[in-house]
Amino acid sequence: MIYREAGQFKTTYGADQAVFPVAQDRVVVAAAVVAAFVVPPLVASEYWLQAVLIPFLVYALAAIGLNLLTGYAGQLSLGTGGFMAVGAYSAFKLATAFPHLNIIVVFLLSGLVAAGVGLLFGIPSLRIKGFYLAVATLASQFFLIWLFNKVAWFTNYASSGTITAPDRTLFGALVTGPNSTAAARYLLALGLVAVFAVVAKNLVRGRVGRSWMAIRDRDIAAEIIGVRPLRTKLLAFGISSFYCGVAGAGLVFLYLGSAETLAFDISISFLVLFMVIIGGLGSILGSFLGAAFIVLVPIVLSNAPHAVGLRLPVALQKQFELMVFGGLIIFFLIVEPRGLARLWQITKEKLRLWPFPH
Amino acid sequence: MLDLLYAVAVAPFKDMAGAPAFLVEVLIGGVFAGLMYSLVALGFVLIFKASGVFNFAQGVMVLFAALTLVGLLERGAPVVVALALTTAVMVALAFAIERLVLRPLVNQAHIILFMATIGLNFFLEGFGEMVWGANVKKLDIGIPDRSFIVRGVQINQLELTAAITAAVLVTVLAVFFQRTRIGRALRAVADDHEAALSIGIPLKTIWIVVWSVAGVVAIVAGLMWGAKSGVQFSLSLIALKALPVLILGGFESVPGAIVGGLIIGVGEKLGEVYWGPLVGGAIENWFAYVLALTFLLARPQGLFGEKIIERV
Repeated sequence: MIYREAGQFKTTYGADQAVFPVAQDRVVVAAAVVAAFVVPPLVASEYWLQAVLIPFLVYALAAIGLNLLTGYAGQLSLGTGGFMAVGAYSAFKLATAFPHLNIIVVFLLSGLVAAGVGLLFGIPSLRIKGFYLAVATLASQFFLIWLFNKVAWFTNYASSGTITAPDRTLFGALVTGPNSTAAARYLLALGLVAVFAVVAKNLVRGRVGRSWMAIRDRDIAAEIIGVRPLRTKLLAFGISSFYCGVAGAGLVFLYLGSAETLAFDISISFLVLFMVIIGGLGSILGSFLGAAFIVLVPIVLSNAPHAVGLRLPVALQKQFELMVFGGLIIFFLIVEPRGLARLWQITKEKLRLWPFPH
Repeated sequence: MLDLLYAVAVAPFKDMAGAPAFLVEVLIGGVFAGLMYSLVALGFVLIFKASGVFNFAQGVMVLFAALTLVGLLERGAPVVVALALTTAVMVALAFAIERLVLRPLVNQAHIILFMATIGLNFFLEGFGEMVWGANVKKLDIGIPDRSFIVRGVQINQLELTAAITAAVLVTVLAVFFQRTRIGRALRAVADDHEAALSIGIPLKTIWIVVWSVAGVVAIVAGLMWGAKSGVQFSLSLIALKALPVLILGGFESVPGAIVGGLIIGVGEKLGEVYWGPLVGGAIENWFAYVLALTFLLARPQGLFGEKIIERV
């Protein structure tokens, strides 16, 4: 009864093609976004902001990036960690080399650097497809991490090999660096994610997104009707890497504070791929759901035995977590291979009919 | 500029020509390392051929097999019994995977199955360590890790054994595929699932067989790698080593896995010894991938992969 679109007539094509054609959706999403900006900084504890919400936002951004590439353009990539590292390291270099540069500009520029690198490593996709491409993208992952480890210039010759986010302000408030509050970093992350999610949503609705999906569904047919594979695939790699680069910069500047190359190793590529698949391939909402799932599950798992009064040894706890995590992934793939976004869609369909299911 | 060119294009070859015995040593080391990679890559190929599943968990299956074997040996089981029991465990695992993971996911997109095997990867890793403990174990199979010298060339006894084992395993697999009834069925399934089904080949059985065979290959790989570097978590990472071998040789080709392994092994060793110092070393992580990538640019389906014919 709540979720009814009866009576909502669309009189223009614009209204029909809107991101949220149903009024209830618009209200709920607007309320959620406002709430996301207002509520957590006021009520959430430092722990919640730092351990749950900020990583969620950062990973969601990376997941959107990978979803553009894998979900929309159909190019399977395992190089996400490498591209995120490019973003993080270029943000670090830019921020330390030009201390007066606005932090937002730093983020955008580092995204652009990552996009450039992504374009370069996207070139093989023109010839290589499917799993061959996935393994080929691992080359970028391993090569980039090796490069950042090897060349001390990237870390400003720090003996520890770590990069640390410097203090930077935005609108007079400290938003990065060790002295910034979690709330400030959260708000910056949320702002970035909100803007980029809207951009991504509009990208995939438009000409670019359609050409990506055409390439994904049948690349030869797409080529025949005039979609240029070279431009389309490279654009997907570039934009996806841009998102991943900004997410990588966010990972260091907003979440971890300081990081080594270890923070960007192959496991992060898999983690982001999990988010995309569990959330739903080819769905921006799915990227958020997937990121929430992957961020929350380990936290829940590590606290669950505690909550029921079970005290496990640390090693056993870790192994238990791995098992349940793996089991859950398989379970969700079996239950709904098209991801959490699909579950949400089904729920909405049910809600439209509720309480009369037929 | 010229110096750089010299250092890249001339000096390494001069080094090679200057010390042929050392070059042979490097080459042999590469061949052995390559065969070890092939052992792991074989498991991937078998499963991909028969079910189209890119089984990322192969590395963990190697670890799991090695852990089981060592665990049984530690509890005083004789070698033969331990091997038999480990084989039984791997076959049981194949049954469980077919029933619990593959069957519910039949007809799903490749990427979904790939993801499921990564889930399996996590699960097995936790499970194996929970059952057998996470500390590093020594696996002693009675072959000393010593070297002997033939005409001034050092040969490691353990690596030689591994190479021979790999060769034997490949021969056995080849005979199994070419001469036995099940092998023929496997090849039929690999060729065309639906046609195989229509002439009455039970797909489920084939899957179990193929996962079991991959499990046995994993035991052999675990045995060799475990004897070389101890049984520990990092054993599962050799899957990442086997991937370039796989794309180089082609996902569907058993000979491809062997030849690919040899090329990667030799190329990696040569690159490491002669070109590695130029860029500061530690290139073994990515060199194989770049090598495989350059091959792929020329042949997108790998050296022995099936030609990709696309229709609209």
